[in-house]
Amino acid sequence: MNDLMSVVDWSRAQFALTAMVHWLFVPLTIGLSLIVAVMETKWYRTRDEKWLKITKLWMKMFGINFACGVATGIILEFEFGTNWSNYSWFVGDIFGAPLAIEGIFAFFLESTFIAVMFFGWKKVSRGFHLAATWLTALGVVLSALWILVANAWMQYPAGMEFDPAQMRNVMADFGEVAMSPVAVNKFFHTVLSGWVLGAVYVIGVSCYLLMKKRNREVAVSSIKVAGWVGMAGILLTMWTGDGSAVEVSRVQPMKLAAMEGLYRGECGQGLVGVGILNPDKKPGDDRDAMLWGFEIPKGLSILAKHNPDAFVPGIDDLIDGIELTADGDTIHTVSYAERIEAGKRAQTALADYEAARKAGDDAAMALAAERIKADYQYFGYGYLESPYEAVPPVGLTFYAFRIMVMAGGYLLLFMALALFMVYRKQAWLDKKLVLLGGLATIAIVWICSEAGWVVAEVGRQPWVIQDLMPSRAAISSIESGSVQFTFWLFVVVFTLLLAAEVSIMVHEIKKESKRNILD
Amino acid sequence: MEALQIYWWALIALLGALLVFLLFVQGGQTMLWSSRNEMARNLMVNTLGRKWELTFTTLVVFGGAFFASFPLYYSTCFGGAYWLWMLILLSFVLQAFSYEFRRKQGNILGEKVYDAFLFFNGAIGCIMLGVAVGMLFFGADFTVAKGNLTVGSNPVISVWNGSHGLEAMTSWRNLLLGVTVLMLARTLAALYFMNSIDDGEAFQARMRRSVMINGAIFVVLFLGFAAVLLTATGFGVTNDGSIVAVPYKFADNFLELWWLGALLALGVVMVLWGIVKTAIKPGYKQGIWWAGAGTVFTVFALLCSAGYNNTAYLASLTDPASSLTIQNSSSSEFTLTVMTWVSGFVPVVVVYIAYVWYKMNAKPVTPRELESDHAY
Repeated sequence: MNDLMSVVDWSRAQFALTAMVHWLFVPLTIGLSLIVAVMETKWYRTRDEKWLKITKLWMKMFGINFACGVATGIILEFEFGTNWSNYSWFVGDIFGAPLAIEGIFAFFLESTFIAVMFFGWKKVSRGFHLAATWLTALGVVLSALWILVANAWMQYPAGMEFDPAQMRNVMADFGEVAMSPVAVNKFFHTVLSGWVLGAVYVIGVSCYLLMKKRNREVAVSSIKVAGWVGMAGILLTMWTGDGSAVEVSRVQPMKLAAMEGLYRGECGQGLVGVGILNPDKKPGDDRDAMLWGFEIPKGLSILAKHNPDAFVPGIDDLIDGIELTADGDTIHTVSYAERIEAGKRAQTALADYEAARKAGDDAAMALAAERIKADYQYFGYGYLESPYEAVPPVGLTFYAFRIMVMAGGYLLLFMALALFMVYRKQAWLDKKLVLLGGLATIAIVWICSEAGWVVAEVGRQPWVIQDLMPSRAAISSIESGSVQFTFWLFVVVFTLLLAAEVSIMVHEIKKESKRNILD
Repeated sequence: MEALQIYWWALIALLGALLVFLLFVQGGQTMLWSSRNEMARNLMVNTLGRKWELTFTTLVVFGGAFFASFPLYYSTCFGGAYWLWMLILLSFVLQAFSYEFRRKQGNILGEKVYDAFLFFNGAIGCIMLGVAVGMLFFGADFTVAKGNLTVGSNPVISVWNGSHGLEAMTSWRNLLLGVTVLMLARTLAALYFMNSIDDGEAFQARMRRSVMINGAIFVVLFLGFAAVLLTATGFGVTNDGSIVAVPYKFADNFLELWWLGALLALGVVMVLWGIVKTAIKPGYKQGIWWAGAGTVFTVFALLCSAGYNNTAYLASLTDPASSLTIQNSSSSEFTLTVMTWVSGFVPVVVVYIAYVWYKMNAKPVTPRELESDHAY
């Protein structure tokens, strides 16, 4: 068992490492592809050479970054098989489809037209080139769409049924998989946050160009485009973030409770604005959850339920099960002890089904299938030994959520200020402190973006598929030492990759700042 | 259902065949070091650099389509032959950023290291992909027990009994196919360079020599592989559903499915014609199209033979009953149907790729073009 947990931990660490490094590059690709397309459109419509040169400047940065996203993306696809082989069979019938569709619809679009973007300036017409740039941006978004559909399905498995004969889940409704409310929200929230990141990057680098006092027109024009993209992005990200909170409260209440460090909920539940968790607090004990905190009255009820008096359950409420009336509604949740029992019953019934199948006993198979169906919604709980195993790491989820929200609020102000300055107060763009602030925000937007994924992925532990399969049951039959080796191998490769990318970008930006880009 | 499984195996075979053709990028990467002329080397890199993402994408889509249509293969082989797939993965990861970074200021490692990464991807990528495909013909040691899913302490259903892919990498039959793929990729690369680079007669002559040498080695290796394959014992599904060893299984497949045999023969002839005509006719630059199309036909026929005619495409040498067939390892009928509708978009993809390829390759790459905004 110890070795099993070790394999699980190392496999999780390897996947988390790959995903987080991948996400350093992807949102910049999403944001920059749109900004570059807008800039090239301006050149196409005005024929002003300034916009052509600005387009090529940011396209250069896009190219440096794009390859890194591609390099790290393929690892994730392979790792579903290499490290999560049980998962690949258990839900491959559903999960594989979005990956294949992503390849057919998105990757070929990107890889074909990106070559035109970079090498086609003198080989194709202006219109064809502009179309290629937009098609590359479309490919990037389509790629995000299908991978986020796949991710959303893991958090909210819909449109499927369990096939006991094959011992796996099979797709029953593609529309429910692709268009589930969780998937739609996740797609817009994630892609729009990429717009914000790309915009902050362009504004931040433009601030550096302004500091060097040689390319003011390039910088100001770039900030104008990026500012509007960023403003639209942050407003819509906040709006879809609100939608995400509602969806999480509906389909992953334990994650929401962890995000809030909430153990016992109530009607009209407050939202912790800023706080310090009690590190000694454990589910089920009587200690206070917070050492210190500032609470917004009724905030969580409003955020999660859009109702200031709604009941929001905490971790202990969910573990114990709830039965109470609030606002005339009966809230009923099954305790985790009962879920574990139900999960074990489902697994026993599945074993009975398999025995009956081998014996050719159709009647026993039909009976076992009924028993599986009755308890299948809690199938994954059968792998747990204690209800407390179903509680995600509260501290990491809680703090990551606050970092994301606070950084998001700051980014709204940042975008407003950037637009205000370029349209009304350009003199402020001469102040070094303002420009340094713009540059520093590049780090903040990345932290914000990564924190969002920490909330989404750490907060859903221990589930690799919500309620149906914990990560410990999803692994491959491989020794932990092997996964440790590849983990450290990837650490080395990613460190080199990241260091090289940052170094090349810094060199390129410095080089551009030393010449007159518009000449 | 069976028609869907056959259709999806054909699509997988087609993607695999296109991938092997596009491995000319990898083959070309192994030829960079032999070029002492820096300009020629940069021309070769920039010619390949415009196509590497297509090869890369085809590999990713090949993986994704395999996952979607035959998830038990993905689950069993990827998790089982861990080191093999990790090595393939590493080689392609190193490739992905090497083109973009190799000549950029501040790239930390220096141009030669990135070129070494490209060589590594070219050689190891081709050989190991060949080894992975070799397992489709020669099997592996594993068991599949889906009932393990209900064993809480150890729920893994697919267990690999070998050394997690190391045994596949050291199997001479798999390696023979791997090296054959590498030599084919090098031959195709030389043909592609002749077609796409305009750098004078000396360059053309050098590439023609390369076609002859690599092509000759490839032909010898391919004949060896063909002999091994056609005399190999495969695994077939009997009428009662059991899976048993069948001597000369693949030779039988090509005889019983005569169109596969004909396609294989046509493909081989076209590859040979591309090589021979380039070797004997000075100034001829179209050999890549004959050899490329021939490669697609040949590999398509080989991959089809691995799964059709009641053949186990991943035979378990430990427990034949655990062997994977296109029937017992596929996705459900519903998913295959959905994916079949999606695959209707593939011709659109092929058309726009062909159009862009035509537009971008209309003029050969010249030294002057390397002075443009974006060069590798």
